[in-house]
Amino acid sequence: MKKTAIKVRNLSAGYNNQAIMENLCFDIQSGEIFVILGGSGCGKSTVLKHMIGLIPPVSGKVLIHGENIVTARGTARNNLLQKIGVAFQNGALFGSMTVLENIMLPLKEYTDLPQDAIETIAMVKLGLVDLAQGAFLLPDELSGGMRKRAAIARAMALDPSILFLDEPSAGLDPLTSAGLDKLILELCASLGITFVIVTHELESIIAIADRTIMLEKETKGIIAMGPPKELKQNKSNPYVYNFFNRNPGTQKPETWKPEDLETKK
Amino acid sequence: MTEPPQLAITTTTDTTTLCLSGRLDARGIAGVWPQACLAIGQVGSAALVINLEGVDYLDMAGAAFISHLKNLEKKRAPVPPQVVGLRSEYAPMLSLAEKTDMNSDFKPPGPPPSFVEQTGKNIWDIFSDARVFIGFIGEITWAMITSLKNPGRIRWADTLVIAERAGVDALPIVALISFIVGLVMAFQAAIPMKMFGAEIYVANLIGIATVRELGPLMTAIVLAGRSASAFAAEIGTMKINEELDALTVMGMDPVKFLILPRVIASTLITPLLTIFANLVGILGGAVVIVSLGHPLVAYYNQVVNFVTWQDFTGGIIKCFVFGILIAATGCIRGYQTARGPAAVGEATTRAVVSSIVLIAVFDGIFSIIYYYMGV
Repeated sequence: MKKTAIKVRNLSAGYNNQAIMENLCFDIQSGEIFVILGGSGCGKSTVLKHMIGLIPPVSGKVLIHGENIVTARGTARNNLLQKIGVAFQNGALFGSMTVLENIMLPLKEYTDLPQDAIETIAMVKLGLVDLAQGAFLLPDELSGGMRKRAAIARAMALDPSILFLDEPSAGLDPLTSAGLDKLILELCASLGITFVIVTHELESIIAIADRTIMLEKETKGIIAMGPPKELKQNKSNPYVYNFFNRNPGTQKPETWKPEDLETKK
Repeated sequence: MTEPPQLAITTTTDTTTLCLSGRLDARGIAGVWPQACLAIGQVGSAALVINLEGVDYLDMAGAAFISHLKNLEKKRAPVPPQVVGLRSEYAPMLSLAEKTDMNSDFKPPGPPPSFVEQTGKNIWDIFSDARVFIGFIGEITWAMITSLKNPGRIRWADTLVIAERAGVDALPIVALISFIVGLVMAFQAAIPMKMFGAEIYVANLIGIATVRELGPLMTAIVLAGRSASAFAAEIGTMKINEELDALTVMGMDPVKFLILPRVIASTLITPLLTIFANLVGILGGAVVIVSLGHPLVAYYNQVVNFVTWQDFTGGIIKCFVFGILIAATGCIRGYQTARGPAAVGEATTRAVVSSIVLIAVFDGIFSIIYYYMGV
């Protein structure tokens, strides 16, 4: 039995005490590739920000390796943060540093490695995302896709055990995107890294995800959970079925009841 | 499981073995990295074997380490080193790490330019910047002239909102600064004037200095800090978000659409704020004079009899120019914002600095003009 990496318990997610998602409960196992799905603007990124402790929950809690990231303080918090890596939607690279320096920053801060070692490791991380030739460029000299890849490399700088990726493949060409999928699978297989990914790329979800949850705005909750291949076949929920099969279906989300769904846990 | 990595080096006549064991991760390899690199330099003619049998954890940092050792050895000896004993589950790690060809040229761009080159470049930048600035001023003036022919096309609603933000909202800070400057100046002047029994003439000093110079200047500097920076930041952010490009492709000239309302608003509110600043500054002086025992009406009579309408108008005319300068500088600096997150901050700083410099320069020019006009 695998260990649980992240436990989300009764999480109500939102800003300023206004929940946009209510009572979310799910577990993410160690070494799992877990995808958070949902229509545009339903609060996927917000849920992700709650999971990494950037926004305190309206209610409920998120435990990473058994620790609450919001209430953890001092060394406990620092240790926890080193175990997770986050690649933000827009890259969030530090504009005043070159790409290489961006990746070297956490290594410099948290290890005693000599300078050349840090450089070598950072270079290898850049190589993983095919960005070695852009190492000495500033973030604003990169294209959107390159920035995204650089952000993923920075998230991996400390070899975290959990990687959170917010829309990693949006704006990437199919080859790079497929390369990224392959990389995720390899890292997951050989290092047992847990991935929590927010994405819309159906192809990539089918190819890599072990499990997905699907969030929905109207019900403010999870409307489907399970392996993506099963969800794609499952016709009991028209919205989910249409989502996975890219049918702009006539059925509006309000017309079905989440209780009917077999996939809902 | 989590022991720090160990390095053992065994040498026979024809092979040197680097035996690594323990947990090879970013934290752990810090201890063995320099040692291992040094050892490779001393291998000599023997073949190198990297033995990883004792490694019980290897992450990307560890894989990078091993790949680095292999690269070092490849540079040194024609025979590539042998890596033995790597657990099969970690093999993909190593091949991923070796994907980056460290021997190819990923070198940082050349050294920074020399002092002479840099200075020349800076001077060139100043001149080309001045050229762009003058060009922009021309563009704004032209936009203003063409809009005057057709005043309905000016965005008056925006202009009013901007005038409120830059003008009405600035009243408290302008009042505070003017009051304190009037007060402090009256106080400092009263001490030496007292020696000559001429305290009451402090009123003349405050009146003339505030109306001719300090009122306009203080207002302009406050506006440069408050509004020029705000204009630069607003327009700079719009530029970064490609909003300016969007306006351009929709056929709306950003100069008319964004800059003109700001320039008009600023030109209108600067004189109004200055009148207010003049009053409050003179009031500041009154507080000192009254506290020194003179009646308020004496102060009032001194000011009113000494300060002429010419002094007052001279100060207000300057303000129109300051208003244009502040808004135009703020907008131009915002418009010139480069790419990148630091750029908006830079544009804001440049807006404030340039507008204060221009205010000072134009104040000097006005002094000379007024002197020759006998105002």
